[in-house]
Order: sequence, then C-alpha cells, then structure tokens
Amino acid sequence: MDAIFLQVLNGLDKGGAYALIALGLTLVFGTLGVVNFAHGALFMLGAFCAVSVQKVLTISTKVRDESITFFEAYKEVPILEAKFPVVGGFIVDYSVPFSILLAIPFMLLVGLVMERGLIRHFYKRPHADQILVTFGLAIVIQEIVKHYFGASPIPQTAPDIVSGSANIGALVGLGDNVIYPWWRLIYLGFSLSIIGAVFAFLQFTTFGMVVRAGMQDREMVGLLGIDIQRRFTIVFGLAAVVAGLAGVMYTPIYPPDYNLGMDFLVLSFVVVVVGGMGSLGGAVLAGFLLGLVQSFASMTEVKSIIPGMDQIIIYLVAVIVLLVRPRGLMGRKGVMED
Amino acid sequence: MENTVLHVADVHKSFAGLHALSDIDLSVREGETHAIIGPNGAGKSTLLNVCIGRLKPDSGHVVFDGENLTGKQPHEINQLGVVRVFQTPEIFPELSLLENVMIPILAKRDGSFKLRWFRRFSSEKTARIEAEHLLSDLGMETLIRTDAGSLSRGDKRRLELAMGLAQKPRLLLLDEPTAGMARHDTNATIELLKRIKAGGMTKVIIEHDMHVVFSLADRISVLAGGRIICQGTPEEVKNDPRVKEAYLGEEQV
Amino acid sequence: MNKFSAISDWVLLFAFAAAVYSMPIWLEPLGADYPDLMQRFAIFGLFAIGYNILFGLTGYLSFGHAAFLGIGSYTAVWSFKLLTMNVVPAIMFSMLVTALFAVVIGFISLRRSGIYFSILTLAFAQMSYKLAYSVLTPITNGETGLQLTLSDARVLDAAAGIEVTRSLPVTNFFGIKMSGMPGFYFCATVLVIGFFISLRIFRSPFGAMLRGIKSNQTRMAYTGLNTKPYLLWAFIISGMYAGVAGGLMAVTDPLAGAERMQWTASGEVVLMTILGGVGTLLGPFIGAAVIKYFENILSAYNTTSLTQVFDFVPEALQPIVVDVVSLFVGSGWHLTLGLMFMITVIFLPGGIMEGVRRIGSIFSRKKPTAAITSTPSASENASGA
Ligand SMILES: Nc1ncnc2c1ncn2[C@@H]1O[C@H](COP(=O)(O)OP(=O)(O)OP(=O)(O)O)[C@@H](O)[C@H]1O
Ligand SMILES: [Mg+2]
Repeated sequence: MDAIFLQVLNGLDKGGAYALIALGLTLVFGTLGVVNFAHGALFMLGAFCAVSVQKVLTISTKVRDESITFFEAYKEVPILEAKFPVVGGFIVDYSVPFSILLAIPFMLLVGLVMERGLIRHFYKRPHADQILVTFGLAIVIQEIVKHYFGASPIPQTAPDIVSGSANIGALVGLGDNVIYPWWRLIYLGFSLSIIGAVFAFLQFTTFGMVVRAGMQDREMVGLLGIDIQRRFTIVFGLAAVVAGLAGVMYTPIYPPDYNLGMDFLVLSFVVVVVGGMGSLGGAVLAGFLLGLVQSFASMTEVKSIIPGMDQIIIYLVAVIVLLVRPRGLMGRKGVMED
Repeated sequence: MENTVLHVADVHKSFAGLHALSDIDLSVREGETHAIIGPNGAGKSTLLNVCIGRLKPDSGHVVFDGENLTGKQPHEINQLGVVRVFQTPEIFPELSLLENVMIPILAKRDGSFKLRWFRRFSSEKTARIEAEHLLSDLGMETLIRTDAGSLSRGDKRRLELAMGLAQKPRLLLLDEPTAGMARHDTNATIELLKRIKAGGMTKVIIEHDMHVVFSLADRISVLAGGRIICQGTPEEVKNDPRVKEAYLGEEQV
Repeated sequence: MNKFSAISDWVLLFAFAAAVYSMPIWLEPLGADYPDLMQRFAIFGLFAIGYNILFGLTGYLSFGHAAFLGIGSYTAVWSFKLLTMNVVPAIMFSMLVTALFAVVIGFISLRRSGIYFSILTLAFAQMSYKLAYSVLTPITNGETGLQLTLSDARVLDAAAGIEVTRSLPVTNFFGIKMSGMPGFYFCATVLVIGFFISLRIFRSPFGAMLRGIKSNQTRMAYTGLNTKPYLLWAFIISGMYAGVAGGLMAVTDPLAGAERMQWTASGEVVLMTILGGVGTLLGPFIGAAVIKYFENILSAYNTTSLTQVFDFVPEALQPIVVDVVSLFVGSGWHLTLGLMFMITVIFLPGGIMEGVRRIGSIFSRKKPTAAITSTPSASENASGA
C-alpha cells in the first residue's frame, strides 16, 4: 500500500514534467502546424538559466574560516553571502526559484526570436523539413551550451527548508514510514498550477479563444481578418516559457547537462503522439499516464517478472496506443496523417 | 444489355448528421453509359466514393459483378476492374506523364504487388508503347517527359482520364471529366468518351454539362439531397417535372 | 533513348566504382587518404545509400535506422566469436538478422504514416538501445561493448585448425587480414555492390512504384496497388543496408557498443542523406563522405592548434578569435554539423546534388537544353528532391 502510494506520487511527478513539455509541443503543433524538434532544447535552456543564476550568485571569495582556530585557514564563500550574511545567504539558498525571474523573459525572448527567425518560414514546408531544421537547431543550441558549461551534469540544490523529505505518510494517514522529497512535491504542485494557468489562459481570455479557434480551423480564423500571425508568435513564446520553467524547476531533481533536452524531447514526443497530435488535454493526460506507467514499471516486483520493463515501457505503450488508436488518446481526425 | 454489373443497394451515408446519401438504389447495366446528375452537394461524388471504397457506407452495400465491394480495400476494388477518375485531379505530380500512365498499366498487368527491382522500368516495352499511344490519343504526346505537376488543370484532368483508361477497366467511374477544361478540350474529351462507348466499356459519369450528358448517356439518374429522385432514359428524364423543379429548373432561370 | 540510358547507367556505375577504388590516390592532397577514414566513407556511404531507398524513394522518415546499424555490428561480432574470423559469414549474418528485425519493426511501424511512422521507428530504436544497455547485457555486454576474447569458441576456425595465439585474432577475408588498406578495399567493394543494387532499384518498376507512393500514396491505392508490401520491402532493404554497414564496422574494428544505436545516430544518417541530396543516387554517399571528412578535420583541432593557426591575428584579438572558432571545431564540431544541416534544409532542400545541378544549369543555359533531358542525372532529377 505504502509502496503503491509512493509510486503514484512518483509517477505524477514524472508525469508533471512530461505533461509540461508536451503541452508546449502540442500547442505549437496545434496552432502553428509546426513539429518542433528543438522543444527539448528549450527545456534544457530553462535548466541552464538556473545553472547560470546559481553560477553568478555564487561567484566566490576567500574568507577566513573561523571554525579552525589553531592556524589561519580560508574557505570559499559566495561574495553575496560574505557581504550581506543574511539577505545574501537567503538569495543564494533560493537561487533555483529566483531563476524563474530570469527564465521568463529569457525564454520568451528565445521563443520570439526562434519563431520570427526560423519557424515562421517553415509553416508551409512539409513536416519532414520542419523536423529536420529544428533538429539541426537543437544540435546547435545544445552544442553552444556544452561549449560554455561543459559536458558534465551540474547539480543544483533546492532551498534548504525544502531539501529534505516530507513525512506525507503521516499527512494522509499511512503511517510514518512514507516519506517523499519536498522538492518533488513542489514540482508536482508547480506543474499542476502551470498546466492550470495555461488552460485558464486559453479558456478565459479572448486571446486564448482565438488560439483555440485557430487550432480547430486555421484557415477560417485567418479569413476572419484576425492577425493570427502575431498571435502565433506569442503562442510560440508562451510554449518556450512553459518548457523553460519546467526546466528550471527540474534542476534540483536531476542535474542538467547539455543533453538533457534530447532525452526529454524523445519522451515528450512520445507523450504528444500518445495524447494525440494537437490535443492539449491529450498531452496532459498522456503525460501523467506515461509517468505513472513508467513509475510502476520500475518497481522491483515488476522488474523481477519482466526484466527491462522499466526501460522500454513508455515506448511500448506508445507503440500499442498508436496501433490501437491511430490518432492517440484524444487526437482529432486528419491531423498529421501524411 | 440487360445484365446488371453494378448494383448499389439501399446505401445510406451521413456525415455528422448530414444525410449525404439516403436509400440509394442504383443498377448499372453492362455496356451502358449511366449519367448521374444533380445540383451541387447532391451527393454524387460521395456515391462514387462509396463505390470505390474511399468511404464506407453506414448501411447497404455495393455489388459489382457478383462481388460485394463494401469492406474491400481500394486496391482490391481496382483490381476487380472498377476504376475511378476523380473530380479534383489525383495524379503523381513529381513523376513524368509517361510514368503516370505506365504505373496503372503495370498495376493492371502485375497485380497489386510485384517486387520487380532488377528490371528496368524503361524497358517495359509493351507498357510504354501502350502509354505513349494513350497519351497521343489525348493529344499529349509532346509532354510525355514533363512532370505531371507542371500541367495546367485541364491537362491534369486529361492525364487522369488517360490513367483510368490505361487500365482498360470493366467499369469506369468518371467524376465531371470535363470540368475545368477549355471548350475545345471538352469537345475532344467527349469525342474520346464516345469512342470508348463504342468499345462497350461500362461507364458511370457525373456531369454538370447537359450537352455532354445528353450526347453520351444511355440512362440517367437524378440525385438531389442525397436521394435518387428520377431514373430513366434521357428523354424520360428531360420531361420529368420533378427533375425540372430540382435541377433543370434552376439552370434555365 | 532506352538503350542510351541503360548504357549511361553502366557508365555511372563504372565511374562510381573508379572514384571509390581510387580514393587513396585522389584523397591524398586532401590529407584524407588513410585507411581508417576511407573505411568510414565507405561504411557510412553504404548506410546512407540504403537509408535513401526508404526516405528518398518513399518519403517515409525513419528515426530508427541506427538500431539496425547496432544489430548488424552485434551480429558480426558474435559471428567472429562463435564461428570464424572470416568476414563473409559475418556480413551475411548481419544482413539476415537485421532483415528479420526490419520485418518486424517495419511491419508494425508502417501501419502508420507521416510523423506517426517516425515516432514508431524512434520508439523501436530507443527500446533496442535501452535493452542493449540493460537486460540484454549477456548478448551485448552492456556499456563495455561486445568484444573478442581469447577464449571465444570460433568453431569453424577451430575445425579448420586455426589456433589463437597469445594475441587476439584479426578479421580476415579468406586469409587476407581486414585491417588497413585491404579492409578499405573490402568495404569499398561492398559499397559498390550496394550502389549497384540501389541503382537497379531506382530504375526498376519497384522504384517507380515507391516514387509513386511518395508522390501520392492514396492515388496508388486507387490505381490498384497495395502500398504496404512495397513500403515494407523498401524498409527491409534499407534496414539490410544498415545491417551490412554495421557489420562492416565490426569488420574494421571488432567491437560493438550500444551507443551506435542511439537515436542521434539515426539523425546523423538522415543528415547525410539530406546534405547530399534526398532521392538522388549519388547524394547520400557524397553527404556521408563530406560529413565524415569534416568530422575528421574539424574534430582534430584544439585550442593549442587553433592558437597556432591564428598566429597572424593581433595578440589582443587572438583569444577572442580562438574562442569563437573553437565553438565550431574540436569537440564542438557537432555545432558545425547542426548549422550545416539547418543551412541545407533552409536554403538547399535538394542538398549538394541540387547545388551542383543549379550551377550546372547556369552553364548550360547558353546551350540548347534538349540534349540534357536524357542524361542520367536528369532522370535522377525526376526521382524527386
Ligand atoms: N468527407 C466529408 N465530410 C463531411 N461532409 C462531406 C464529406 N464529403 C462530402 N460531404 C458533404 O456531403 C454532401 C455531398 O457532397 P458531394 O461531394 O457528394 O456532392 P456532389 O454532388 O459531388 O457536389 P458537386 O457537384 O459540388 O461535386 C455535401 O453537402 C458535402 O458537404
Ligand atoms: Mg462532386
């Protein structure tokens, strides 16, 4: 029971990340009709926003180490913390959440530049061309990151108070031995609220209404004389921000390296396809579903019956869904058939 | 003359509540040219789509020469000898005209699949000669090496007609074969269709141009609002008041 | 005309073979005449030529062909371990085993088209890759990679009385050691055979049907053709090419690792094909050679060698120049690759072959064009870009 509860949490957690990335991917596909293989790179860029912020905040200086008394010892301390012990220490501790402040404008800018500079010219090109050019772009982005940040993963820390684990067993009445990392709980809450925000935005604003209409029938909205082009640019920027934020918040869970985007790209494409290309609800549903499935497949009980299941389960589910439900769980007819 | 080759029995088809076809009963006799006329959106193209397996009817079935076509794959229906010429030209734009016509010829000769990877396509002599004849019959002999995608709309339609005829079908379904053609091309096409008619091929033809209909058809079915409202010889149809009301009337106004 | 184009195909084949076999001579001025690199030209050329039979002719974009490369390599190494160090059975087995996998993966993936097909192939490749690293370790030897050992059975060799001395045995073609130049000539021969088969397929009714499918698949069905078996055969054939290429990798270096199956490796073969020219006969080989050549040149640079190169730049600017350039070379050479890829897709979707054609047409514009349409390169144009 405890184990299952933990796996559910685990799965929802993973699913949250998948859903966030897939959401942007499918939004871009549904409105702009573009298959964006560089979407994973956007996630990775977000993660590296956190890395950069932390790097800057922790530029260090040598100070005397007071704890060692019998000879003069020095230790490295972030300048911020050395100069303003209280405020500085707080800011350094909270570098990951603070990165969000950088990530929002930065990712928006990246998104806008990408859409204006490249994506726009590929609306009318075949999907294969879109895949190829954005695949090239993904390589370029990740190589630039590799050049400046190196190839090895760079661990990030969550703020001190939430770096431990929560005794959620006690909270839900399952006894004391069910504990779960705080940060992962926060991530789950974060992804749910972002998903909620995106849906609310699309549901309740006029902008969102036009975008949804555009997803239904692009030509018709164009005919209504609405400047759909500008909105598409914004939609792309929005998708980039969502992917970037997902990346920022993911860093304490998984130390980012330049390749992070590619790993997530493949997964999130699988998620989008399982959910149905161009379906927002489908992407979210499939994200959580695949997260849960994967989490259960990596239980030792399952692994002992079917070894290797945890490694391939997502792909296996994708294959089965695509064969049984050609358009994914919630896909519409005629989207991306050829 | 009396045996029925194509029998459409009690076919219904609706799209999201819109009854595109209801209660369709239609018999096409061996060797005849059967015209289907009717106003825009009457369901004519839908009827042909049901016949060739592009659409599945909601109920009812289509029988060709004793074989039930419903549920069969498009290529199986084609291999039985039922060939369709589409309303919007369906060709292979990246291939040359010669290749466009040779592919149906080879499909007819070799069946739905044959792995011939070592032979040269261009040394399929008989198929090539046949294709060249056909193309020159349609006045396109100078274009055989050009890509089909670069043709004018009228030429594309003629090419598609050639692709259909290349298979020497037992039943040819034509969806507005002359629409989008210049006047003299239309006349040439009618001449060609008349010649084929003399050859005894069974044809179903959808056409708006009454001039074409009355010069080609042995029998006519009038479709309006998804129903067949009248069926008979050109003379009978011409004089039927319901037809005048539903269709001809509009045109004369 | 018919006769003529048949002859011109033989000319093309002959010219291709001559160019491949004479690589050691004409690559010398480019500094690329050493066997290891030329072997890679041949192997990846073969891989791309095979990939093009699927992607170039049918338009189906597979993101999973690296799996076949890996399967081919593993099979060949197992053939070396269990049977004999002779490369002929190894290559044969690579081809057959890959074909089996291609039948299964192709049959399932081809039930969908468009991006769904791409994702299905990607899913299968990822599954192979993940399994090779985890549960299949007894077969693949996991992260270390599958290697030869002194204790390998090699039953055929043992039966023939060939004994293993203290060092590991080397691959051979009936006694000729397959390292260095002989290894290159072996790969080159397989490449030429592969090119010949691809040429025949391009010119055959089968090839025409595949191009018809690329052009308008629905129309093919209404023309009475069952497109599924055509596509499946194209998939299997291109999978077999990849398997043989993987086998050749093991021939030149008897070691197989799972990283060969990663999906980025599939991306690389797509890139080669696109860069050279999708759907053209020569393009994929040219693309593969260009990429492997630049990889070899560019990845060799490091900061020290760059500083030497930019010795002429004023002292103050030197670090900046070196830093910027080092983005594109050495371990950053993938950046150049990505850029090359983007530029090709954006400006020259037909790849290098298209570029050559455009330059060619500038020169030939002055002459009457009628004669040109019958040359093989022109009929190649028709096969699609
Ligand atoms: N795939 C489809 N989905 C939804 N509705 C369709 C579809 N195909 C046809 N319809 C509708 O069914 C009706 C009949 O269409 P159909 O194309 O058969 O008419 P038609 O008689 O061929 O007209 P036209 O003379 O313009 O060619 C039309 O109202 C059309 O909008
Ligand atoms: Mg119609």
